[in-house]
Amino acid sequence: MPRRTHIQTTLNGEEIDFLCEPRQSLLEVLRDELGLTGTKEGCNNGNCGACSVLMDGRVVNSCCVLGVEAEGAEVVTIEGVADGDTLHPLQQCFLEEAALQCGVCTPGFIVAAKALLDSEPDADEGRVRHWLAGNLCRCTGYDKIVRAVLKASEMEEVSA
Amino acid sequence: MTTTEKPDYKVIGTRPIRPDGVEKVTGKALYGADIHLPDLVQGAVLRSPHAHARILSIDTSAAEAMPGVLAVVTHSDLPVVADKVLDMGEGASTASDMSKNVLAADKALYRGHAVAGVAATNVHDALTAIEAIKVEYEVLPPVLNVQDAMRDDAPLLDASRHTRTPTGEESENASNVAAHNRFEGGDVEAAFADADIVVEREFDTKMVHQGYIEPHNGTANWNSDGTLTVWTSTQGAFAVRGALAELLQLPVSRIRVIPMEIGGGFGGKIGVYLEPVAALLSRKCGRPVQLTMDRTDVFQATGPTSGGHMRGKIAVKDGKITAAEVSLAFEAGAFPGSPVMAGAMCMLSPYEVENFKVDAYDVVVNKPKVAAYRAPGAPNASFCVEQLIDELARETGADPLQFRLSNSAREGTRMITGVAHPRIGQEETVQAAQASDHYQSPIEGPNRGRGVAGGFWFNAGMQSSVVASVNPDGTVNLIEGSTDIGGTRAALAMQLAETLGIEYDSVRPTVVDTDSVGHNDVTGGSRTAYASGQAVYEAGLDIQQQMVARAAQLWECEAEDVEYADGGLRHTSDSEKTMTFAELAGKQMETGGPLQGRGSVVARSPGAAFGVHVVDVEVDPDTGKVDILRYTIAQDVGTAVHPAYVEGQMQGGVVQGIGWALNEEYYYGEDGRMENASFLDYRMPTSLDLPMIDTIIVEVPNPGHPFGVRGVGEVPIVPPLAAIANAVHDATGHRFTELPISPRRVVEELHNLQ
Repeated sequence: MPRRTHIQTTLNGEEIDFLCEPRQSLLEVLRDELGLTGTKEGCNNGNCGACSVLMDGRVVNSCCVLGVEAEGAEVVTIEGVADGDTLHPLQQCFLEEAALQCGVCTPGFIVAAKALLDSEPDADEGRVRHWLAGNLCRCTGYDKIVRAVLKASEMEEVSA
Repeated sequence: MTTTEKPDYKVIGTRPIRPDGVEKVTGKALYGADIHLPDLVQGAVLRSPHAHARILSIDTSAAEAMPGVLAVVTHSDLPVVADKVLDMGEGASTASDMSKNVLAADKALYRGHAVAGVAATNVHDALTAIEAIKVEYEVLPPVLNVQDAMRDDAPLLDASRHTRTPTGEESENASNVAAHNRFEGGDVEAAFADADIVVEREFDTKMVHQGYIEPHNGTANWNSDGTLTVWTSTQGAFAVRGALAELLQLPVSRIRVIPMEIGGGFGGKIGVYLEPVAALLSRKCGRPVQLTMDRTDVFQATGPTSGGHMRGKIAVKDGKITAAEVSLAFEAGAFPGSPVMAGAMCMLSPYEVENFKVDAYDVVVNKPKVAAYRAPGAPNASFCVEQLIDELARETGADPLQFRLSNSAREGTRMITGVAHPRIGQEETVQAAQASDHYQSPIEGPNRGRGVAGGFWFNAGMQSSVVASVNPDGTVNLIEGSTDIGGTRAALAMQLAETLGIEYDSVRPTVVDTDSVGHNDVTGGSRTAYASGQAVYEAGLDIQQQMVARAAQLWECEAEDVEYADGGLRHTSDSEKTMTFAELAGKQMETGGPLQGRGSVVARSPGAAFGVHVVDVEVDPDTGKVDILRYTIAQDVGTAVHPAYVEGQMQGGVVQGIGWALNEEYYYGEDGRMENASFLDYRMPTSLDLPMIDTIIVEVPNPGHPFGVRGVGEVPIVPPLAAIANAVHDATGHRFTELPISPRRVVEELHNLQ
């Protein structure tokens, strides 16, 4: 077995550490070592965005980041988006707007959209479509996803 | 838009939040690859690098000796199975073909065909080990399209296969054509001779994939007592159980299939690929084994839908379609079973066509065995017919929607199968599209065009069963076996709430495993909201009847004197005697014990679905890129149970059709290697490629369902291919008869015109 490296990182606001092999992606570490299976694998090569997580505030495809690269970083996954039992406005709007069907791309979309609204709370439809072009959804045709993100952007909690 | 006065529903027609919603937006929902079991090990599958090759030998000894490797299996580990037909719900296959597809026997029939499976303590060791398996191949020339496969001198995938002819006989010579079927009616030759206008063209489409985001997975635990538990993402837990029983020769009762959340299917997650291999590996190593595919495997080794070649000829006299002659040849992939018959039976069904001759060829080629994909067969066939109809409308100077309306099928019109349509909403759907703001607005500007097309899908019925348990506090647990791909938990809970006259929030639906509920056919054929909905309705009536009897017992009167109404019980002649649902639910112990309703149906009246689409495009003549400017879909849904999820089905189907029309294709090299087996190169639509998709819900209730529900999910993918081709023709004056209408093709074909 390849030698495992000790990594310290902040995950969903909590300081944690883990051991990982150099060849393991952050996605694999999250899912298989840390048990956070909310981040999904759709392609494992950065094409679909199902594994989107925030790393120091930026959206990354966690399948294209090595686990060892998480050293010293702040990582936010779908499990860290809600505030306790209070859903994030994006999560609430995805439910209200029926913006998910099978739901497997949903964590990636919510994480990616959160990064957009965190920095551009007034994003319009064109901007939302452009920003989310790295996340594939095969069920919805994107209509209701875009509406959900736009609705969330209008909610006080986000624009404040 | 509704055609008849709708009953005053309280729950149906509302848009509540789905019961599984919070788990899915917080990342807690468990899909197939998310399952972790004690002692779980991982596996990997060795796949053929050749599209067509004889397997001379397989040496697994080096792999078995590697560190961490626990078990290796090949086809020889599978029991011999008979040629028995296994109907998986949407598409049938024989058990022996399925067995050879799961792990190749004497031949590898497509690149990516599974050859061996390995279980190891971790996935990296398993992946390393498959490379150590030595397979000796005799490489054979592949056949990669129907025309090549149908030639007399074509290499044969199976030298013992003969064509089943329209008369049911076997052809004399061996062939790659597994079946040739024919539908004939009227006098086609006379009608063509007598026609005002005849148009005739040939069309080609390529293999395309369902493109669900979640790759296939299968986790199995085989106990030493011969019991097998399987966790998988599937559209049909019972179909998987039935297939495993046959492939592994186990009694059905020994197999428990636990359906995990499923990350999209569209017909592609009905068959079994990894589950039997995981089961064999688990039996060999005595530990639970998990297999997952990577995206390349999903493209190369699971079922896409057919490409094919089509020739169509349609005649018009006095503005009426008088005859159609269509020949369809569809790729089945490595084993027989393309959806060519479904395509043949659907393509003319929106119209009244008295004289017809339709030939359908099911052709094997060295590509993955096709699986169902949303209205399987119908989009391809409609790409042919709906373009010919567009051309006829143009030549007769008619508005393309008015032309379709003038030729519409209605109640009593016979389809080419001879079956007469019951009450259908084809005309209402065309009229809704005509009246749409979109169709009423002009399209202006250079290189822009508008296209329309219609589509039909049968919808399926099949078997469903549910149990509903009434709790003492008046809530109800609904136990169902239809896996939920896109909101059917909500649609079923809503129908139970409506039947019982209680709140939607009082019903909690759960999808359970195959040990825990009666048989349920697949979530496919657009059947779940309809057929499982009917089972739910039956369960609700069962509860009502039992509650009436119990109220009569409490009130010491006859059951005839009690009626169930407005979510409660009342005495028909004594207005003092009333009880709410919850009040009686709280008196179960004193009235006979736990109250359960059951519903078991073979649903036989799935109302067919019709859709009419209007699309505006802009074609960039320099780059060949086609942009979708505006898209409107009108569809008869019978009764929209949850309108938001109905719209979602319509929008999602349209966008898959847009991808099929403009970009998606299995692109093969001459050696039979798929050159674009990644999401980067197999270009599915992104949010940036699309406008909002406008929906018009038409409601012509299905007389065969208590709430008038028709299947919704599949027909939206039928019209887009032709609608877009018709729009591109309107924009450029050039008719594209081959898909996809990709930038490369647009530039090439427009350049050749100049």
